[in-house]
Amino acid sequence: MDLIVEGIKKAFFLIFTLDTEVLGITLLSLKVSGLATLISLVIGISVGTAVALSRFPGRQIVVSLINTGMGLPPVVVGLFVMIFLWRNGPLGFLEILYTPTAIILAQAVIATPIVTGITLAAIQHLPANLRLQILALGATRLQMVWILVKEARLPLLAAVMAGFGGVISEVGASIMVGGNIKGYSRVLTTATVMETSRGNFDIAIALGIILLILSFLINATLTQIQQRERPR
Amino acid sequence: MTHETCPPLLLRVEDLQVRRGGVSVLDIPALAIHSGQTLALIGPNGTGKSTLLLTLACLLKPFQGRIFFGEREIDARQGDFHYRRHVAMVFQEPLLFDATVFDNVASGLRIRGVGRAEIERTVPGYLELFGIGPLARRSARKLSGGEAQRTSLARAFVTKPKIVFLDEPFSSLDPPTREGLIGDLERILYQTHTTAVMATHDQTEALRLADRMAVMNEGRIVQIGPVTEVMNRPADGFVASFVGVETVLAGRVLRISDGVFAAAVEGGEIQAVGHVRTGEGVLCCIRPEHVTLSTNAPLSGSSARNVFSGTIRKITPLGLFFRVRLDCGFDLVAYVTRQSVESLALEEGKSVVASFKATSVHVIPRKTSSTA
Repeated sequence: MDLIVEGIKKAFFLIFTLDTEVLGITLLSLKVSGLATLISLVIGISVGTAVALSRFPGRQIVVSLINTGMGLPPVVVGLFVMIFLWRNGPLGFLEILYTPTAIILAQAVIATPIVTGITLAAIQHLPANLRLQILALGATRLQMVWILVKEARLPLLAAVMAGFGGVISEVGASIMVGGNIKGYSRVLTTATVMETSRGNFDIAIALGIILLILSFLINATLTQIQQRERPR
Repeated sequence: MTHETCPPLLLRVEDLQVRRGGVSVLDIPALAIHSGQTLALIGPNGTGKSTLLLTLACLLKPFQGRIFFGEREIDARQGDFHYRRHVAMVFQEPLLFDATVFDNVASGLRIRGVGRAEIERTVPGYLELFGIGPLARRSARKLSGGEAQRTSLARAFVTKPKIVFLDEPFSSLDPPTREGLIGDLERILYQTHTTAVMATHDQTEALRLADRMAVMNEGRIVQIGPVTEVMNRPADGFVASFVGVETVLAGRVLRISDGVFAAAVEGGEIQAVGHVRTGEGVLCCIRPEHVTLSTNAPLSGSSARNVFSGTIRKITPLGLFFRVRLDCGFDLVAYVTRQSVESLALEEGKSVVASFKATSVHVIPRKTSSTA
């Protein structure tokens, strides 16, 4: 029992005194996962909208693949990204294995199907005649797509949250391709794993609390968005 | 029958066909829409009214056919967006954007690249026109059904379209809301001289708003003409069953006394009951089962205020009844039983006396008149 109480006391001390190491790890986590989410948004929103608005043979299979991708196990992604970035791998010449860039890459691979899937569902969920109504207002095809994406902005915000929430709490891929190098590629989750295995529960709990707070903020915002009414 | 004044042709359709899964769902050999007029497409659900509207609005590619907008042929297969900027469409659902009422109404102008200053000048007038001025800053998520449909209509009219296509715009509204909106739309169509094509399955809507009426069945137009003509002279049993075979007479209120008013109609004068003002345009609808026929003047005790002598033009058997079309100076349709046909010895060419009560006349106020 003492272990937990002491751990929590130490954790709050670390957080409130802005311990440089804890702060550094937190900021790197936010930066890495933020960039990965940004990349996944650019790709995911474009692909999701395109698939939602087009009809082509094999579309059903593509949609199934995207939905499957939403649940990609991070360790599997980590494994494949690692193989690609390995010295003799296809992307070995980039020499980015065990760098924050490698973590960004792996996390983008995890988040992109999530954003694509939510975008696809959001655009398809708009009223069927809305596309026709926008065209009837004199829109070009490009204007129509832009207005549809704008109309789906609330569920798309959910895509942002889900993507970010997915990657910031992910540990498997980050530790495999990032290497958990102190002061360089160590993020919240990888640090928590390491500190726990070393028996440094106070630091591990502090990191855990920070992750929990981030998670809570994301979910609270999501809930807020989902409770809004739709226009008639 | 009055002569139809013929304003210039605005939209003309040639040999239009729409197919779905290889099956023809719309087949319109020819259709003309005249400038400033309202055409009602009436028919049961699933007969191609919406399909026709979407095709005319260039939102659905036809399998074949040509559409002319004035002199210019529109490129229906390419979804001609220059043409789409001259027309507007309002659907059964309001389909508003997640924005304020003002921004919704302004959306068509923004799509056209109209500047902010001009939008600020133009939009308020249209909000007023549709009675939603006070709602300008309200979110479209917080509107009632009627308010939402008014916003949708204002959004269509603010672009000053040459033609508006209305796809059952009142169907999802409750009756009092619908009444109010129909009245307003009638006034606005008249004031703005906008040409309109409206799909509906409600003949009262068609009577109030339309100059011409096309009855559709299974993807085809089975009859088209001035509203009163289609109502009074259905071309076949289908049209008759759908429009209710009413005698519809366009008239003008002459005088009012003791709650009963007299209206001048083409070829006669009708006594009816209703809230009207002298000089107002009205449509008098007389259901055929309310018309009584006799071979001599009705007994003095009869309460029928409308008594006309006329000649039988046509007798059509309709199962239990016979449909008798008379010429009393205007067309009048009566349903009579087989027994009456035999006892009165009714036959085509024979002169008879037709009568109906003032209270049997269904009066529809009408500011614009197709017979003007």
